[in-house]
Order: sequence, then C-alpha cells, then structure tokens
Amino acid sequence: MAQRADSVTTRFGIAAAALVVAAVLLAFIGIATRVQPGAGLAPGDWAAIRFTVVQSVLSAVLSVLLAIPLARALARRQFMGRGVLVTLLGAPFILPVIVAVLGLVTVFGRSGWLNTGLAMVGLPGVSIYGLHGVVLAHVFFNLPLATRLLLQGWQTIPAERFRLAAQLRLTPESLFRTLEWPLLKQIVPGVAALVFVICLTSFAVALTLGGGPSATTVELAIYQAFKFDFDLGRAASLAVVQLVLAGGAALIALSVIPAISIGGGIDRPVQRWDAESGLQRSLDIGIIVLSALFLLLPLGAVVLRGLAGLGQVPVSVWHAAGTSVYVATISVVVLGLLALPMAGWIASRRTGGVEAIGLLGLSASPLMIGTGWFILINPLADPVQLALPVTALVNALMAMPFALRIMVPRLRDTVQDYGRLGESLGMRGWPLWRWLILPRLRAQIGFAAGLTGALSVGDLGVIALFADPDRATLPLQMYRLMGAYRMEAAAGAALILLVLALGVFWICDKGGRWHAEA
Amino acid sequence: MGAPIFTHAAYAETPILTVYAGDYFTSEWGPGPVIEAEFEKICDCDLEFSTGDLLPRLLLEGARTKADVVIGLTSDVTAKARATGLFAPHGQDNSALTLPIDWTDDTFLPFNYGHTAFIYDETLMATPPASFDDLLAMPDDVKIVIQDPRTSISGLALVLWVQSVYGDDAGAAWTKLAPKILTVTKDWSASYGMFTDGEADMVLSYTTSPAYHMFAEEDFTKHAALFAEGHYFMVETVAKIAKTDQPELADQFMAYVMSSEFQTIIPTANWSLPSALPRESWPKGWSELPLPEKVLFYDESEAAALQDKAIEAWRSALTQ
Repeated sequence: MAQRADSVTTRFGIAAAALVVAAVLLAFIGIATRVQPGAGLAPGDWAAIRFTVVQSVLSAVLSVLLAIPLARALARRQFMGRGVLVTLLGAPFILPVIVAVLGLVTVFGRSGWLNTGLAMVGLPGVSIYGLHGVVLAHVFFNLPLATRLLLQGWQTIPAERFRLAAQLRLTPESLFRTLEWPLLKQIVPGVAALVFVICLTSFAVALTLGGGPSATTVELAIYQAFKFDFDLGRAASLAVVQLVLAGGAALIALSVIPAISIGGGIDRPVQRWDAESGLQRSLDIGIIVLSALFLLLPLGAVVLRGLAGLGQVPVSVWHAAGTSVYVATISVVVLGLLALPMAGWIASRRTGGVEAIGLLGLSASPLMIGTGWFILINPLADPVQLALPVTALVNALMAMPFALRIMVPRLRDTVQDYGRLGESLGMRGWPLWRWLILPRLRAQIGFAAGLTGALSVGDLGVIALFADPDRATLPLQMYRLMGAYRMEAAAGAALILLVLALGVFWICDKGGRWHAEA
Repeated sequence: MGAPIFTHAAYAETPILTVYAGDYFTSEWGPGPVIEAEFEKICDCDLEFSTGDLLPRLLLEGARTKADVVIGLTSDVTAKARATGLFAPHGQDNSALTLPIDWTDDTFLPFNYGHTAFIYDETLMATPPASFDDLLAMPDDVKIVIQDPRTSISGLALVLWVQSVYGDDAGAAWTKLAPKILTVTKDWSASYGMFTDGEADMVLSYTTSPAYHMFAEEDFTKHAALFAEGHYFMVETVAKIAKTDQPELADQFMAYVMSSEFQTIIPTANWSLPSALPRESWPKGWSELPLPEKVLFYDESEAAALQDKAIEAWRSALTQ
C-alpha cells in the first residue's frame, strides 16, 4: 500500500514533528525554570475564556460559511484580473493588526465611509464596536485565508470529473452533491479549526473593536501576566489553557476528516459546463463583487492613507524593510524544512489527528515561545544578537499550521493515487519526492511559502521584546513612528509593509496562481 | 586612515556604556540619538542603547543583565524593578529637581514627566470638560478612547487617576464613564491614531501632546482638557545598575541626565517636560503650555498596592 512507498518520508516527518514539539516544549521548560508560586486564574480569566471561545467559534463559522460560495464562484469563473484579485484577497490576512483595524475603522467606523454614506441618505449609523465588530474584523482577516484554502481544494478536483458530470448532464445541485460536497467535507473542518485557532490567539483586534474589557481574550491575559505583572506562572498556565482549547478543537476537526480521496485526474484545465447558465453566472458575479468590496475597501483605505504619508517616510523605514525581508526568507526556509516532511508523514496516515502538532506554535502563544527561548538562550549567548533568527523561527512555527493545511490534502491525494505506481517503479525517499510529490505540490508549496513569508514580514512578534535599535523590522519601525506621533509617516510605512508582504506572497505564490489559471 | 585592524583595536579600547531604554526612546524621532552623540563628546566612550520591554527584560535577565544604566522606567513600575535588587543609588542631588512634587528617592532619578490628560480638538469640541465630574456628566454621544490598564502604562495611569479622584467610588465613576468610552485599545498609539482620524472626540494622552502638534506641526487646535481636581502625574526615571563594569561612566551619565544640556533636549525630542530645568529655561513656547495647577500622585509603593484594585474597579464596571 501507499504507506510503504514513503516509509522514508515518515521517518523525516516524525523527526520534523519532534523538532516542532521540542521547540515548543523547550520554551515552556525555559519558562518553568522561572515560575514562582503565585495565584492561579484571576476573576476575569473565566470570562475571558468564555469570550474567547464564543468569538472564535462565531468568527470561524462565519468565515468558512462565507468562504464556501466565494471560493466556489472563483473556482468556476475566469475573468480579467482574476489572478490579481485572488492575490489581493490574501492581503487582509497578512496585515499587521493595527493597520487592518485602522483600515476597517476608516470604512466602518463612527466617522467612516459607510456611516457618512448612511447619514447622507438619512439612515441611522451603525457601530463597529462590540462582539459583531470583533467578528467582522476576524472575518475580514480570515475569509481570504479560508477562501484560498478552499479554492486550492476545489482545484484538486480533476477536470475529467467535471467533463463527465457535464456529459451526464448533472444539474448544478447534483454536481455539488456528488463532486463538491465530498470535497468540502474533507477540507472544511481543518480550515474551520485553523481559523478558530487564529481567532483564539488574537487580542488587539478583539480589544479595540470589542469596545472594552468585556472583549478580553486569553491571549490578552497572557500578555498582561507576562508584560505587566511578570507572573510567568500565570502566563504559562493561561498559555496551557489556550493550547488545550486550540489543540482540542484541532484534534476534533482533524480526526473527523474522512480519509477519502477525490481520485486522480490528468491535470487538464478545469472547465465548468455546469455553471454557464445566466443565474449561476450572476450569482457568482454578485458574490465576487460583494466580497471584493468588503475586503478591498478597507485595504483601499490603508493605501489612500499610506500614499498621503509616503513622502514623510524616513530612510530607516526602508532599512527596516530589508531586515523584514531577511527574516521572512529565513522563516520560509525553516518552514520548508519542517513542514514538507511533516506533511508527508501526516498524509500517509489514515486520519489527520497528528496535524494538530503543527498548531502548537500558533496556539501556544508566540509571546510565550519567544520568552521561553529568551530564557534558554540568555545564559549561553546574547539574546539580542539572536533576536532575528529567533523571530524567524517563531514566525515559521506560527505559519506551520497554515502550511500543513495547504499541503496535506493535495499530498494525501498524490500519495493515494500515485503511491502504488511509484512503488512499482521502485521510487521511494528522495526520488519519490523529486519526481512525484514536489512537482504535483508546486502550487501548494508556493502558496504556503507565500503565506509564511508575508506573515513574517507583517509580524511584530517577539522582536519587540529585545531588539537593538538598528535591528528593527518594518512593523516595529512602523510602531515606533506611531509612538512618536508620526501617524502619517506610519501610514506610509504601513503601505510599504502591505506592498512588501503582497510582493513576497505574489512571488512565492506565482506557481500556485499559474496552476489556478491554467 | 587606519587599516581595519587598527580601527578594531581602537574600538576595543573605547569603553562601552550600555543603556537599556524603551523602544520609543532610541528611534530617530526620540531623544536617544542626540543624547548618544552629545554624551559621547564628553565621555570618551561608546554609548550603546539596547531597547525592548524594559521591565520584563530586566526581570528575565536578572543578575546577568548587560545594562549599566536603565532609562525609562516609570514610577508606577519602579517598585517591581527595585525589588530585583539590581540597582545602586543614583548619587545625584535631588534638590536640583524641578518637579511639581517632592522627590526623595535615592535610586530612581526622574529625567522627565508629564500628566495624564484627555486631549480634544477645539474645532470639534467647543466646551471641554473642566473637571472629572464634568467629563462623567458629558452626553453619552461624546466618545472617548482610552488604553487598557493591563497592557499600557498610560492606561494604568488613568485607572490610578480615577482611583485618586474618586477613591472607593471609582467603580461608580467608571460606570458613569462607560457609555462614553468608544473603545479601549492595547496601546497609546492605536488610541491616538483613532483620535487624529476623527473617530473619537477625546483621547487619553498627556498634557504635553498638544505641544507636539504646536511645535512640530504648527497645529494649534489640539488641547488638553485641564481638570480642577488635578491630573495624575507620571514620571520617567533613570537608574544605575549596581554591578555595572563601568561605574564611573554610569555616574557620569547620571550627572549628564541632570545637566541643562540633556534637560533641554527632552521637551522636543521626547514631547514631555524636563525634570530638572526651571520653567523659564524651557524651550521657546513651552513655558506657555497650559499645565494643571494640581498634580495627583501615588508613590511607587502606593501605586503598586492600589494597582490591582484600580484595574479591577475599571474592569468590573466596564464589563457590566
């Protein structure tokens, strides 16, 4: 069976997974060496846990529910600018929180575009602040990610299936039931789990748009315990709470994924005979236009503000941009070395439960991992000298679950469809990867690398804890500008950040988009 | 011109003074670069700033810290810093200080100060509140943005401010203020950005914020609403690490902080008030800046003791 074909892969995969576990575990051990007996959870913590779970569930469900029609519309429409749109749709996800929030506020805020428009036609205004604001922001962040993940999945359906369906004159409904629904069943739980974890670990969005302390998340409590109270024990226990919530959700979602395969095709371009009716067409166009408006207007706000401030951007911002690209490059390399073997291992198993390991880095709170590593490194070397590599490592760990979610389904199909063929040809280990897996996974690898690089460019992360003045990354430099009242210049830096992150994403994702448009 | 090897040797002989500072301090828009250049002219040394989150970093590093001097800890957190036992007496004369309060601490030496205040735009708000009670009595459609006391030092100052004005009634005051709070942000920057974007009518900031708009932007429309019952006082300090390997340089730096040269740099580089410079010597225009008549202040042990109570009053009133 397929499992034997990549027994070599399994060994590297387990080793990579062990490294990830070790990186997180060591960080926790580092913290444990400094824990002083203190109070357990504080009065507000249970409320924070409750709020965190409620908003994460809502955000994940809504993001995925909205992503399904959008991905479907994008999967079956070819139009001018589709490639650009698909890339731009990735942008909200990689924006630094503060930039995205200001973009959202410019559109949906009290004096934002929407309310100005409503006032002009005499309608009452809407408020972005509250639980709905948090969910709105999280959908803004995660709808694009969920859409891209689903879109990748849609493109794994072989073109031959659609040809056959067309020959059988299947209605759009029955085609959805026979071809698309099984695929969704396979992909949606993992995507939902991923979005759930992202929303679980966010806190600046929740706080700012939540309107106040009732919108406290566990991550904020971790931040407070660490930075303000310096209660490492409490910070660590909260991190464990978060880890259990995230890990639990991931395990449930990933272990229920049926190990079904869509079946192999011969990689012809997809043509959708089922979606040529006028109704289908206008439905798809409507969905794409509405989603594009929702996602691109706040981005447009960021761009407009940025253009106005671009002239005030000091040279140091460009220097910081270089540093960010350097960090992003290391992150992508580290991620590739860890995620590919892990994906190979996970894909060769019948259920996806072990994919939860990939979520460790994201759900264990990057702040905690950075701190743990600081404690470990400090006796041996100057952590400031290692600030950039540690940031890159933490970024790679954070991007791990995305990369796995992107690569595993395709890899699983590849192994199941071609594993026996490969085995009969005596291919195993490296040749198997070189000739079979890597070429068929090109689009997914590009997408994963793009996301990792872009996330890394936009991440403030642990660098803020210990950085030389001249080791600043671009987000840090942007925050410095804001801290020095230079709001316009900061908006300019945010635009550079957006362009840079998108550029990194676009370059890496080119392979994936080529596949999407073929 | 020396060959690289000479440059390296010369560099190695120059003593290095390592100063830990908050991140904002050493950016090219902060006071750090000027201070570095000026101090190096007189010290025959290399002043190196190392930035990050000051207190967590010091607590993590403990006795291994490479810092010789730490600049930027506010009085609301110095109790925790002092408890590390890392610091030595500053050796400077406190009587040279021109703070609006008495300062007797022999370890943490103030280098600048400001007061927590709500900033408004006169073109949008004709009659600002003149007291905290006025603020609480404002109509609910006037919106303010504040910072979270659990993640930001200015947010912490605000809850201590409310605590010092209302004491045991702080919770009730927060309940009255709650409908006017548009939102709470993680840090000062996000709040201030929302205010300058016109999203909120007032923002929690400092009495010196209008100075930035006046002197850097020639915008005279932003003001601090001055409250009769007084404003919470925030002071940033500098302190010397006891186990420094550069004790003389560290002492020289502490003295430099008290010099009028350093003190004159502070207002326009850090947008705050110098701690040891008479008002008449402040840079042009600064002495006319409207400042509160009365300051409210908790010393570090009071602040440390009240912190949890003040935050909890805020949290429980705002989560109802």
